[in-house]
Amino acid sequence: MKITSGFLLSAAACALVGAMPVQAAWQPQKPIEFVATAGPGGGTDNLARAVQSIITKYKLTDQPVVVVNKGGGSGAEGYVYGKASAGDPYKVIFGTSNAWQQPLVSKVAFNYTDLTPVAAMAQDEFLLWVKQDAPYKTVGDYLKAATSGAFKMGGAQSKDTDEVLTRMIEKVGHIKLTYIPFKSGAEAAVQLAGGHIDSHVNNPSESVGQWRGGTQRPLCAFSPKRLPDGPKVTASEGWSDVPTCVEQGLAIPQYEQPRTVWLPGKVTSEQAAYYVDLMKKVQGTPEWKDYIEKTSQVNTFLTGEAFDAFIKQDLEHVKQVAAEQGWLVK
Amino acid sequence: MENLEALLHGFAIALSAQHLVLMVVGVLLGILVGVLPGLGAPNGVSLLLPLTFGMQPVSAIILLSSMYWGALFGGSVTSILFNIPGEPSSVATTFDGYPMAREGRPTTALATAFGSAAFGALVGVILITFLASWVAQVALAFGPAEYFAVYFLAFASFVGMGGAAPMKTVVALAIGFAIAAIGIDTVSGSVRLTMGVDELVKGVSFVVAVMGLFGIGELLIAVEEEIHARAVSSKIDWLEVFRAVARLPKHATALLRSAAIGCWMGITPGGPTAASFMSYGIAKRFSRRGQRFGSGEVEGIIAPETADHAAGTSALLPMLSLGIPGSATAAVMMGGLMIWGLNPGPMLFVDQKDFVWGLIASMYVGNIVAVALVLLTVPVFAALMRIPFVIIAPLIVIICAVGAYSVSNSYLDIVLMLGFGVVGYLFKKLSYPLAPLVLAIVIGDKAEDAFRQSMLMSKGSLEIFFDNRLVTSLVIVGIALLLLPLLLQVLRLLRGGAEARHEKVRVI
Repeated sequence: MKITSGFLLSAAACALVGAMPVQAAWQPQKPIEFVATAGPGGGTDNLARAVQSIITKYKLTDQPVVVVNKGGGSGAEGYVYGKASAGDPYKVIFGTSNAWQQPLVSKVAFNYTDLTPVAAMAQDEFLLWVKQDAPYKTVGDYLKAATSGAFKMGGAQSKDTDEVLTRMIEKVGHIKLTYIPFKSGAEAAVQLAGGHIDSHVNNPSESVGQWRGGTQRPLCAFSPKRLPDGPKVTASEGWSDVPTCVEQGLAIPQYEQPRTVWLPGKVTSEQAAYYVDLMKKVQGTPEWKDYIEKTSQVNTFLTGEAFDAFIKQDLEHVKQVAAEQGWLVK
Repeated sequence: MENLEALLHGFAIALSAQHLVLMVVGVLLGILVGVLPGLGAPNGVSLLLPLTFGMQPVSAIILLSSMYWGALFGGSVTSILFNIPGEPSSVATTFDGYPMAREGRPTTALATAFGSAAFGALVGVILITFLASWVAQVALAFGPAEYFAVYFLAFASFVGMGGAAPMKTVVALAIGFAIAAIGIDTVSGSVRLTMGVDELVKGVSFVVAVMGLFGIGELLIAVEEEIHARAVSSKIDWLEVFRAVARLPKHATALLRSAAIGCWMGITPGGPTAASFMSYGIAKRFSRRGQRFGSGEVEGIIAPETADHAAGTSALLPMLSLGIPGSATAAVMMGGLMIWGLNPGPMLFVDQKDFVWGLIASMYVGNIVAVALVLLTVPVFAALMRIPFVIIAPLIVIICAVGAYSVSNSYLDIVLMLGFGVVGYLFKKLSYPLAPLVLAIVIGDKAEDAFRQSMLMSKGSLEIFFDNRLVTSLVIVGIALLLLPLLLQVLRLLRGGAEARHEKVRVI
């Protein structure tokens, strides 16, 4: 993993910004383009549009902000576009951890080092879901039943976060699962409701409707502590009633999907600092809290060195799983 | 009966003055984005989405869905007048709509299309009203094997009923599959067939292919024929609008059959595109004037338009009750639902009665508003046909170029679009059918995903396609359709075959 000096520079700048009151010297002079690396309606698209509406509402910049979708190739289209726009500070790319995961496992024409990291703004949690009327009530029951080797796990995309987590469950739980990739988590949820697969690892927002509707229920959350308290989802249970997977004896203490914001490569540190500041302002609004709550995500703000360290740690992890599975390209 | 009560309550919500105004605004904006090059319903709805954040969810969805109806109607306008379909599902409308407009009857073509579209949409809404809970159950029965069986059926109905030489249909399908495979593969996650061009990682957009195949392809044909004869002197005739609509009941069989196909494909997740193609193919086979299809037959317009709108409407139900968007536009609306704080899923019908039934009632009212507005504009659009070809031809090139570029702001798409234009021209010249090619581009990768997901589930055994009654019957009907041309050939040989030679095979 070679890291360009631009990346280091901006990372350092971000760290500085975090420490000092911000004096954003650079101001945008023309319309800003938000590039969502997902199709309309997906989680990443929702984030880009939520940020856009907050910026517009509070007039955080004089310039108009437009959202464009470049979700082709599991998001690769948007990142490649960002790479091709090197030096252009008017393109902001919204993505997930696949900015660094995808180049590991498939031959796409970008790497995350081609981009300038701005921030990770929210974390989506993962849960293990089963069909409502499945006989197993705990993770222990599930793992025992899965030793038959005939269990099908559904998920969004191939060799992406969902499959990585599936392979981790296999390893930690000493079972073998058949992974079936679908286009999206929503599709996997419907397949589980119809009984065509046995489980999936959707984010809360992807399956909350199905949980309320009594077609599926979560067994555990891949989170170090229970999810934050909120309104009840079903008549008797809410997110905080879901045990963590570690509690249930499946030792995967943490697995989450960060929502990430990037600029093209070769932008100046002042330009990057401007966007870090902008995103921080967005995060301070009540509308942002509303968005986080409605999509059942966890509020975070990683930038500069902290973000950098997060990427490196996640990368090591995924690399290990990918190597074991023989997914690594090149 | 419970549903009927809820619906009446819904009407009370939908018929408020504020909502009626929203419907008219939505429909007009929709017609505009439907007619304008390269905008289309999904873009229109996503542009409007931020405006709805401050609204009541019911008002917001009424505005967005009205825009959707308007765009669907508007999309048929360019298909009929210029042979440029704006949405995948209006491709089949070009087959007879465009020839009819060229013959000097654009008013009839447009009015027929709008009338039958409204009928299809109405049947779709009625289905939603009465069978909401049942329909949701049907959709759940569809696993990967069943999905594949439905797609297989759509492809097979083309080979068996499309009317073109079956081998040519198969060749066109195969080329379509290859184009659909370009980009990142869902099942393996690897990049395929990009030939080193980074931009191709996103795959080939349907819009790019269709703009070229139909818009530019038709233009090349026109240039080759005499250019001067192409201007159509159409009279602006308000009465013809009503006459065309009044003639529709004469085609009751076609209307009902197409609506049934549309609803069925909308509920089972086949979608509007497959529905309109299938309906056209079947109408061609069963219509008494099937031989004349492709040269401006009324039933050739009725069949795809009715099925398209019936499917488009009934496809909103799986979105609401299961959270599976049936189309790109439905996906944007679903994003909207989440932002308004509603979670699509079975509980929506229990928790958010006002929202769901307000929306369903607005589908009735919105479609009526849409068809009224759009019928009023028919003579205006029809007048466009009188513009001489030398002026309209460069405009069509501009429309296609802008449309292709605006899909993802990529120059490569314009080049691809022009390439498809040449392919379209060659297909016409060599009497290869374009419809199966387009169908394969649109649902080829979905069919492939479904097949490979099934194979993963069954560990490679084909038995999964005969696992239960639903999938078995779908597959058997598909195979029967596939073998139909072969069977007919054998029968013909047995009968002596002399008279069969006369049957001129017309290529769509």
